[in-house]
Amino acid sequence: MDVTAAKYIGAGLAMTGLIGAGAGLGILFGNYLQAAMRNPAAAASERVYLFLGMALAESMGIFGLVMGFVILFVKV
Amino acid sequence: MAAIEPMEQFLVKKVVDLPPVQVPGLGAVDLSITNSVLFMLISAGLISLFFLAAARRQVVPGRMQAGAEMLYGMVDSVLTGGIIGDRGRPFLPFIFTLFSLIAVLNLIGLMPGGFAVTSQLAVTTALAVMTFLTVIVIGFARNGLGFFKLFWPSSMHPAMALILLPIELISFLVRPLTLAMRLFGNLLGGHVVTYMFASFVIGLGAWGLAGSGLVKLGLLGSGVSFLLIVALMTLELVVAFLQAFVFAALTCVYLNEVVNLDHGH
Repeated sequence: MDVTAAKYIGAGLAMTGLIGAGAGLGILFGNYLQAAMRNPAAAASERVYLFLGMALAESMGIFGLVMGFVILFVKV
Repeated sequence: MAAIEPMEQFLVKKVVDLPPVQVPGLGAVDLSITNSVLFMLISAGLISLFFLAAARRQVVPGRMQAGAEMLYGMVDSVLTGGIIGDRGRPFLPFIFTLFSLIAVLNLIGLMPGGFAVTSQLAVTTALAVMTFLTVIVIGFARNGLGFFKLFWPSSMHPAMALILLPIELISFLVRPLTLAMRLFGNLLGGHVVTYMFASFVIGLGAWGLAGSGLVKLGLLGSGVSFLLIVALMTLELVVAFLQAFVFAALTCVYLNEVVNLDHGH
């Protein structure tokens, strides 16, 4: 196979890591909203953990994105 | 028909050519004004003008003053007050500057003919590294060597240190990377998607107009793509604000860890 074609396929495959990030963010925000609806008074105090969890969940997806960029643009 | 070049909009071009400046230790540095610098200057000017015009200190605020006070109050109560607490007050100017600068840079990138400065990895990396260094400096200034307690969860069994310390250390060190890539990726992705749908509107429309019979369906595709662009721009408007908010909120979360390190906030 052509190396360039393999690179593009690899970069595309690296993006599948975003599936996990998407699912994680959905679970995170869904559960936060559910908890906030049940006890609105406690919602504000847990917002720190919401953002912390969002940063962690999304950073996993961002690692996938970085791998995609590395495959595409880094000359070996 | 022009070629479809979704990445062309991110090219940094020189607007005003300036002679290279000799910097000791670095050699010749090109300080020409590029479109990136130009749009950063424009947004800095817009923010300054807005707050200068809004700061009239009337007891009954006008529209602009009310808007500015609402933004400032939002950052104060939700970000520094809500996340860091009372000790967050000194960081309010820093957080507010970050928030307003990123929000205006994002929004100006959405204007027709505008250049999305925050879709340059160099710009977002500079902002993220600045935040990261601020957190480290504040951490050492407030806690001294107690700063390293950050990597040692208080309820941890010492035997777990072998596993947890590297994880804590890595998750601390990748922060500037993820901060920079999050903003960059969101902006880049949004602009490329909008560009692709815009190219569908023109391409499918031209194809449908030229052909006959079933090819006329291209006009339908063109119209659907146009409606999608309208929806996407609405989404991008939300994303522009949300990403600025998330950047500022994460800066607050990271500052909170080092500022309130001693009393387990």
